[in-house]
Amino acid sequence: MTRVFIEGVGVLGPGLSGWQQAREVLARREPYHYAPTAVRASELLPAAERRRAGVPVNLALAVGREALLDAGRDPATTVAVFTSSSGDGEILHRMCEALATPEREVSPTSFLNSVHNVAGGYWSIATKCRESSTSLCAHDASFAAGLLETAAQASVEERAVALIAYDQPYLQPLHGARSVHDKFAVALLITPDAGHARGMLEVRFVPRPGSETRMRDPRLETLRASNPAARSLPLLAALAGGESGEIVLPYLEDSHLSIRVVP
Amino acid sequence: MRLQPLVLSRFTLTNSLGAGAAATLAALTAKRSGLVPCEFESARLDTYIGPVSGVHEVTLPEHLRAYDCRLNRLAQLALEQDGFASAVAEARDRYGAQRIGVFLGTSTSGILETEAAFRAREGGCGRLPPGYRYRQTQNSFALADFVRRGLGLAGPSLVVSCACSSTAKVFGNAARMVAAGVCDAAVVGGADTLCLTTLYGFRSLELTSSRPCRPFDVGRDGISIGEGAGFALLEKPRPGSPGVRLLGIGESSDAHHMSTPHPEGAGARLAMERALASAGLNAGEIDYINLHGTATRSNDAAEDKAVYELFGARTRCSSTKGATGHLLGAAGITGALISALALSHGLVPGSANTRSVDPALKSRYLLDSEKAELRRVLANSFGFGGSNCSLVLGL
Repeated sequence: MTRVFIEGVGVLGPGLSGWQQAREVLARREPYHYAPTAVRASELLPAAERRRAGVPVNLALAVGREALLDAGRDPATTVAVFTSSSGDGEILHRMCEALATPEREVSPTSFLNSVHNVAGGYWSIATKCRESSTSLCAHDASFAAGLLETAAQASVEERAVALIAYDQPYLQPLHGARSVHDKFAVALLITPDAGHARGMLEVRFVPRPGSETRMRDPRLETLRASNPAARSLPLLAALAGGESGEIVLPYLEDSHLSIRVVP
Repeated sequence: MRLQPLVLSRFTLTNSLGAGAAATLAALTAKRSGLVPCEFESARLDTYIGPVSGVHEVTLPEHLRAYDCRLNRLAQLALEQDGFASAVAEARDRYGAQRIGVFLGTSTSGILETEAAFRAREGGCGRLPPGYRYRQTQNSFALADFVRRGLGLAGPSLVVSCACSSTAKVFGNAARMVAAGVCDAAVVGGADTLCLTTLYGFRSLELTSSRPCRPFDVGRDGISIGEGAGFALLEKPRPGSPGVRLLGIGESSDAHHMSTPHPEGAGARLAMERALASAGLNAGEIDYINLHGTATRSNDAAEDKAVYELFGARTRCSSTKGATGHLLGAAGITGALISALALSHGLVPGSANTRSVDPALKSRYLLDSEKAELRRVLANSFGFGGSNCSLVLGL
C-alpha cells in the first residue's frame, strides 16, 4: 500500500470546465450539462510551438497548469507523469494517410508530433522544466498505470509529482477500430506528505479482478466508460464529495487498484 | 536519491547483428556492422537500415495469435534467446506471477500494421480491413500486453513511450515499483521495428544518412534506422549473487525543442549527473560510456559537450549505432545490454563505420574495440521531446 496526498486538481472534459465547476457537479451540488470539451491553444507555449501543438498538448497543458496553480507549485521544478491510451490520434491518422499515397510525403511537424511523449515534450518547453517526465500507456488502464507510477514515485523519491492523463477520439477509420468518445483530461498534483493536501489516497495493487466503481449519473457513467482518461471520474467524485470511501479502479483484466480516499 | 541496486539476473538482445547476446558480442568484438541498403517492405530509400533477419518466420504461441504483427514477432524471437523465458519462469515460481512487473518501452509500437491497413482501404477511404486488430498491435501497450501474457506474469504492467529514451527509462519504473514494495522483480526492455513512419519521417527531417551512419565522424551526416528488441529480468540481489547490477539512473528533460537537442547538452548533462548521484559515484569512477551517438551533427556535438564537461578526455566512450543502427524505442535497452556485455566480457566496443573522429569533438572517443577490465559503465539515451535518460551499470 502506498500512501500519498493530493495537493491540486485540474480537469477538462465535456461539460466540465475546470475543478471549481467540476467539483460542484461531481459532488451532485450542481446538475451536469453536456457540452463539447472547450480546448484552447495554450498561451504557455512560445508562438512556434503554439502553432504546431495539437489537441492532446493543449488538453495536457490546461489541466496540468490548473493543478499546479491549485497546489501553488512551480511547474519548472515539478516532475511529471503523462499517461494516455492513444496519444495524438489525429496525427496518427494524418501520417498513415500520407504514407498510403504514392508520394509518401510526410510532414516533418506531423512526424515529430507523432511521438507518444508529445505532450510531455511541449510541457517541458512551455514550463521550462528540466525535471524528469515520462509518458505511459496501458490501453484502457492508462490512468490506473499512471496513478500507481505517480504514487510510487512520490512516495519512493519523496517529491511532488504531477500526474497528467488525457485522451481524445480517433478520426474515422481508426475510430471504427478503437472507439474513444469526447476529449477528457485530468491532472493530480501528488505529494508524499500531508502539507496543504486536499485529500489522502492509499493506493494498493490487487492481483485479482475487482468490481469497478461507477458514476451514479448515467451521463457521467457513459463518459467514464468511453474515454480512458475519464476512468478517473470516480476518484474525482470522491475528492469532490468530501466523504471517505474505497474506489475500485480496474487495471489489467486480472488486477485492479484499490484506492482509499480520505478527502 | 540513492538507488537500491538491482541485479540483471538474465538478459537477452536481438538486432541486426543477430539473435541473442552472443551474436551482438561477437559482432562488436569484430567491429562488424549489421547495416545494409534500405529495402524494407515497399520502401527503397537512399539510406541504410539495420533489419533483423528471420522475424517474418517467427510464429507466436497459439493462444496469442491475435497479437501477430512484426513488433510482437520480434519480441517473441528475442524472448526465445539466452534462456530468457525459462529464467523468468523460475523467477515466477520463486516470487509468484503477481509479484513480477512488466515495464516495457516502444516508440512506434505496431504502427506498421496500421500503415498497411490504411493502404488496404478501398479507393483510399472507407473502413480498415476486417483483420485489423488495434488493441493487440497499434496501441502502445500491445507489446507489454503480449509479453506479460507470453511469460505468464500478473504484476503491474505498462509501456513507456518517450521516443528514443523509452527503454532506458523503464529501468526507473522497475526500481520504483520494487522500492515501493509493489513488485519483487520485473521484466524490463522493449522493442521497435522498422516501419514506413520512421523511414519517411526521419527523411522528412533530413536526419537519415545515405551511407551507413558514422557516429562522431568528421563527415557524419545522419542516422541509420535499425530494429531490435532486448529484455532484462531485474531482481533484488541475493547475497553473493553474481551478475551485472543496475547502480544508478538519471532522467531529465531538455525544455528546448521537440526534435533538436539542447545545443550545450544541458539536459544530457543533467541526466548523467543524476545517474551518477543515484549510484553514489563520481565521474572518475566510470570506466566506459556507451554514448547515444546517433551520428547526426547536432546530437553528437551536444552529447560530446556534456560528456567532456563531466568526464574530460579521460573516460573511454563510443557509440555502437554504427553497428546496430539507431533502434529508436529499443535504443535504450540495447545500449544498456551492450554495456552489460562490456562489463561481463571486459570489452570496450569500438565504433563500426566511423573512420576519422571529428576534431571538434573533445571526448575520448574509441574507434577500435579493446579488452579492458571494466567495473562501472554509463549508458546514454536521448529522445524527441527532449527526453533524456542515463543508466549506470556495474559489477
